[in-house]
Amino acid sequence: MSDAADTIAETRGNRVSARPRRASRREGHGAAPYLQAAPMALVFLVFFLLPLAATIVVSFWQYTQYSIEPAFTAQNYGDVFRGCLADLPDLCTTFVTYLSTLKFGVIVWACTLTLGFTIAYFLAFHVRTLKVQVIFFLLCTIPFWTSIVIRMISWIPLLGRNGLINQTLISMGVIDTPLEGLLYSDFAVVLALTHLYTLFMVVPIFNSLMRIDRSLIEAARDAGASDLQTLVSVIIPLARPGMLIGSIFVTTVVLGDFLTIGIMGGQQIASVGKVIQTQMQFLQFPLAAANAVILLLAVLAGVWALLKLVDIRKEL
Amino acid sequence: MTRPTGRPGPSRRAVLKGGAAMAGAAAFPAPFVHAQDPVTLRYLSTAVNQSPAIAAKASEELGINIEYIAVNTDEVARRVITQPNSFDLVDTEYFALPNLVPSGNMKGMDANRIDRIGDLASVIASGTVEGEAVGWDGTAPHEVLYLEDQMGTSFAGAPTDWITLIPTTYNADTLGIRPDLIDKDITSWASLLDPDFAGKSAILNIPSIGIMDAAMALEARGDITYGDKGNMTREEIDFTIEKLIEAKRAGQFRAFWSNFQESVNLMASGEVVIQSMWSPAVTAVRTQGIPCIYQPLAEGYRAWASGFGLPRTIDGRKEDAAYEFINWFLSGWAGAHLSKQGYYPAVLETAKQYMEPYEWAYWYEGEAAAEDIYAPDGRLLEEAGAVRDGGSYVERMGSVACWNAVMDENQYMVRKWNEFIAA
Repeated sequence: MSDAADTIAETRGNRVSARPRRASRREGHGAAPYLQAAPMALVFLVFFLLPLAATIVVSFWQYTQYSIEPAFTAQNYGDVFRGCLADLPDLCTTFVTYLSTLKFGVIVWACTLTLGFTIAYFLAFHVRTLKVQVIFFLLCTIPFWTSIVIRMISWIPLLGRNGLINQTLISMGVIDTPLEGLLYSDFAVVLALTHLYTLFMVVPIFNSLMRIDRSLIEAARDAGASDLQTLVSVIIPLARPGMLIGSIFVTTVVLGDFLTIGIMGGQQIASVGKVIQTQMQFLQFPLAAANAVILLLAVLAGVWALLKLVDIRKEL
Repeated sequence: MTRPTGRPGPSRRAVLKGGAAMAGAAAFPAPFVHAQDPVTLRYLSTAVNQSPAIAAKASEELGINIEYIAVNTDEVARRVITQPNSFDLVDTEYFALPNLVPSGNMKGMDANRIDRIGDLASVIASGTVEGEAVGWDGTAPHEVLYLEDQMGTSFAGAPTDWITLIPTTYNADTLGIRPDLIDKDITSWASLLDPDFAGKSAILNIPSIGIMDAAMALEARGDITYGDKGNMTREEIDFTIEKLIEAKRAGQFRAFWSNFQESVNLMASGEVVIQSMWSPAVTAVRTQGIPCIYQPLAEGYRAWASGFGLPRTIDGRKEDAAYEFINWFLSGWAGAHLSKQGYYPAVLETAKQYMEPYEWAYWYEGEAAAEDIYAPDGRLLEEAGAVRDGGSYVERMGSVACWNAVMDENQYMVRKWNEFIAA
C-alpha cells in the first residue's frame, strides 16, 4: 500500500475518533436512542428472528407425507448430507448443488464487481453535475422496472434459438447454425444475474468513490503517479469498503437465488433454493427447514470471510 | 351519519371517541344484519380452474358470491393441510387426496345431497368408459372417491355415502408437438427421448408428474416394464432417474417447465418441438397462429381429474350454499363452458344440453367441425372442418393408461428427482 493511502487512513482515523466524543455527550439523554431504534428492532424481531427461530426448531422435527410432528431428531440433517461421505469420490447431490451455486456466486461476483466499479468510477469522476449523475443512476435501475415474469418472457426472443442475436449472427454470416448455449445455459444465468445485480455494486462503490478527497488524487499526480498507479494505489484501496459491501449484497443474493437460475437455466441447473422449493411443494417442511439452515450457515460463513478481508466498521 | 357528530357542538375529542366506537362496531357487526347478506364462498384452486364467467353466472342464478383464491397446485394442498379454515370450497386434484384425507381436514360430502350423483362420468366413478376398464396405474379417481364415514381419514373400497371430491374437470394428457418443425410421424411416448430431438424436448419439473411422463417414455422404448407407473418401487425409481440423468447429460432436454405459461413459451418460440403438455396450453399456442398438435400416442394418455371438496370447518349456511353451488355446477351450464375449453365435465348429459349440436360433435364425438369453433370468450379456436386431436371422448378417455399420482415412495422419489436436477 502506498504512503498516500496510509495518510488517508490516518486522517480517517481522526475523523472517526471525533464521533464517539460527540455521541458520549448525548448518552445522558437515556431512552431516546432506544425508542428511535425500537421500530426497526421490532420489525426485525417479528419478521426475521421469530421466523428464523421457527425454521431452526422445525428443522429438527419429523414429518410424513401429510403432517409434521414435534420431535428432536437430526434425521433431516442426515438426509441432506446422505451419501456425502459414502459416495466419495463422487459428490453427493448436496455438494454438487452447493458447488454449482458457489460457482455462480464467484462468476457473478467477478462480473458485477468489474462492471460495477467501472460504472461507479465513470459516475463519480467523469460525470460532473449531480443532475446527470442522478439521471444515470436511474438508468442503472432499469432492470428493476420490469417484473421477473416479463424479463423471463423477454429473454427468449433475444437469446433464443430463433432469437434476435442468433438471427443477426446468421444473417451476418458469422455462424451457420444457431448458438444453442445463449439461452437455458450457464451463460444465460450469469448474464441475467449480472444484469440484475450490478446496481448493488454500483451504489456502494459510487458512495466510496465520492468520499475520496480529490486533493489526494492531485497529490498522487503531483508526486508523479501515472493514471494506472493512481487507480491501483489510491482509488481502489479507498473504494474497498464500497466494494466489500457490494460483494456482500451480490454473493448473498446469488447464493439464495433460485428463480433466475431456474428460469435462465431452463430449470436444468440445480440451486439450493430450488431444492428447498421442491421439498416445500411435497410438504417436507422439516427437510426444507434443515436445508435452509445449512444455506444460512453457508452464507454467513461467506459474509464472515469477506468481513475478515476488510474491517468495515473502521473503514466506514 | 354518526351519533356523536349529531349532537350539538361536539368537541373534537368526542368525535374521535365516537369514531373509535364506530370502528369497533364495524369490526363486530350484529349477526342479524349479517344473515341478510348473500353467502360468499371462498373457492380455493389453481388459477386455471377459476373462470370468472362461472362465478358471474353462479352469482346471477344462485345469488351466491364466489370469491376465487388463486394459488398454485402445491399451495392448494398446503392450504388444505395447514389452514382448512381459510377457504369454503376447494378444487383440487384426486391424486392429492392420499395426502389430504389422512390430515383429517377434508369433510366427506353427503352423496344424498348431490342431485346427479348417479350421473357422474363412469371414468371417474368406476374407472371405465363404455363398460371397458381404462388403465388404473397411479391414483385412479374411483379408488379414492369414497370415504368410510364423513370425517373418515381412509378411503372406502366400495361406494359409500361419503364422497371425497365431486369432479369439476378432467382430461387426458399427452405430448404436444410442433408439426412444422418435426418431419417424422410421432406415434409413441418414446419420441420424448428420441436423440433426433436432442436439445429440443422438454418435460415437467413437477417431480410426481414428470417422472410418470419419463416412465411412459421408458416403457414405450422397451427399457423396463413397470408394476405400477404411478406407484413405483425404489428400484424402479432408481432405474428411471438413472435413465433420465443419461438423457440429460446427452443434452436431450432444452428445458424443464413448471407452469402453464412456461410450456406455452417454450413451444411457441420453437425452443422445444416435443414436450409433455396440458391441453389448454396447446390451444394457447395455436391461438397465436402457431401449429401445435396434441398428439395421440400408442401407449395411451396420462389422465388427471380435479374436483370439489369441503374443508372440515364448513357448516351452516356456507355448507348449504356449497352444496347448492356444486349441484348448479353439475347442472350443465358450467360443464358446457368448460367443455368449450377442451376439458371434460363430471356430468356429460347436462353439459350437452347447453352446447350446440355441432359443438358437441366436435368436442365429444370426434367429428369434423360443421361450423367455426369458438372458445367461451369468443376467440376463434378452430375453423370449420377441423377435427379434435385424439378424436372422441370415448377414444381419448378410453385410452387412458395411467393417472397423476402421489407414490408411496414419494419422499424417496423427490430426493432422487433433486439428484436428477443437480446432475
